[in-house]
Amino acid sequence: MGWLSLLASLPSNEAVRTAVLVGGIAAATSSAVGVFAVIRGQSFAGHALADLAATGGSGAFLLGVNQFWGFVAVAVGAAGFMEAAGVERRRGRDVATGIVQGAGLGLAALFLYLAAQTTTRTGATFTVLFGSMFTIDPSGIPPLLGAGSVALSTILVLSRVLLLSALSPELATVRGVPVRAVSISYLIVLAMSVALSAVAIGAVLSTALLVGPAATALRVARGPIQAMAAAVAIAVGATWLGIVLAYVSYAWPPLGHGWPVSFFVVTLVVLPYALTHMFRRPRPRALSTAQSSASVPQP
Amino acid sequence: MFTGLMTDTWIAATIVAIIAGAVGFFTVLRGSAFAAHAIPNGAFAGAAGAWLIGLNPIIGLATFAVGASLAIASSRRARLDVVTALALVMMLGLGAFFFALSNEYASEIYSLLFGEVFGVAGSDLLPIAGLGLITIAILTLLFRPLLLSSSMPEVAEASGVRSRWMNVVFLLVMALATTLTVPVVGTLLMFSLMIGPAAAARSLTSRPLLAMAMSVGLALLTVWAGIAIAYESGWPLGFFVGTGGALVYVAARLWAGQRRPARRGHRWPPHDGPRREQPQTTS
Repeated sequence: MGWLSLLASLPSNEAVRTAVLVGGIAAATSSAVGVFAVIRGQSFAGHALADLAATGGSGAFLLGVNQFWGFVAVAVGAAGFMEAAGVERRRGRDVATGIVQGAGLGLAALFLYLAAQTTTRTGATFTVLFGSMFTIDPSGIPPLLGAGSVALSTILVLSRVLLLSALSPELATVRGVPVRAVSISYLIVLAMSVALSAVAIGAVLSTALLVGPAATALRVARGPIQAMAAAVAIAVGATWLGIVLAYVSYAWPPLGHGWPVSFFVVTLVVLPYALTHMFRRPRPRALSTAQSSASVPQP
Repeated sequence: MFTGLMTDTWIAATIVAIIAGAVGFFTVLRGSAFAAHAIPNGAFAGAAGAWLIGLNPIIGLATFAVGASLAIASSRRARLDVVTALALVMMLGLGAFFFALSNEYASEIYSLLFGEVFGVAGSDLLPIAGLGLITIAILTLLFRPLLLSSSMPEVAEASGVRSRWMNVVFLLVMALATTLTVPVVGTLLMFSLMIGPAAAARSLTSRPLLAMAMSVGLALLTVWAGIAIAYESGWPLGFFVGTGGALVYVAARLWAGQRRPARRGHRWPPHDGPRREQPQTTS
């Protein structure tokens, strides 16, 4: 007994409704933006933004401000900095990203330490880094929804131009696309979606919503618009299923308290990607297994 | 500052800095900053899991670090960053789960992520030194092929160096280095110790051996200064190492920019590096 009655009480729970709302908008925004992050090979940049957002989040925690503002402020600032430094070649870019990220993490360490020293609230480290969707303050929802819809509509409006400038910057320039302005607004949208995901599943895990659904969708979908739709579907589905599982897990044996939501969401996001690797193309199963077993002995 | 327990701290931090500087040189050369970030972070989950079932965290660290590096090595180049990112978040998610299970997270998470250098015990020093020696030995043995495959993959292939295997070996070395450094500096800052000093050294010289030595030297400087300031101020060492690594890099870029303004930019893989190396090092 236990988990079924929990499931029945799910829709009437205030914290769950908040989580579904915030998690849904965060997942939709991140995965739609993520399609472009994956096409442009910016998984590391996205993850670095998330880590830097952790710096802002811990700073906000220290000051007692809503964490979302800390996430947004630092992520947008860092995105601007990375755009300024982004003209270098890819290898140099990764190293520059890493150095900014390292400095940001150092600051996060300081903020979290000071927060532990000066405030009585505990668990700052866990909340900032790994999130806890069930403890989001309902009064903070309107700005989250606002930021989410702005980011989502921007990415929809820009999608054609972004795609063109990602695949062929030269062609985009010739066509009269303001490549740099598009790139900057894209990075701002990326930073906003990272901040949203950081609120929902934690700063260091927000990369999961950004990269996972998009990478899966790009493997199965036929075109970019379909890929965006599929990515949003996967991300929102994984987030909501994760919320339900985490809620129900209060009744599961080893703990007596809930399993972390973020763990479920990450697992549900990574699993489909792993599955697309096992079943490469939608072929008859017998054929593909025969082929793969035949190809094993080859080096 | 130099007595009693602090002696162990200085010794451990010195070993860590040497390893991080040496491995970091190749990390920067190969442009694998993301792997350098992902492997220590993945290992964090392993430590949490080992904690949960009552094993030595080192075992968990080693298992997960090797797992992460094999996952990254198995992916094709085009999808490298996606696989790295997903391996990383999956392991972090597991880490969060393990900590929730063990019911005692706050301070342990903090110390694993940001390090606990002042808590190093004398008995930890021997395994750290042993693993450190192995890491250095592998890097010394494979110095030339690794250098060649990092800076000029095509030439390396042509002269019989298997780039793919070099990649696997390098990621395993990074896993080894991670295992021994994470308990000391923490996962998140092991990373900045690998990147900052090495990138600084690269912008100061294009001669590989000199760059590697400078990378080790700068890493030592960063850690030693960090420990001294952290000891005096009581603030976390992670802060001083993280910002110190970035400062060293910025200072090096400014210095290099001042010394050679005529040179057109920095060529990133040192195309003249391996060629300029003297043949005397072989025998």
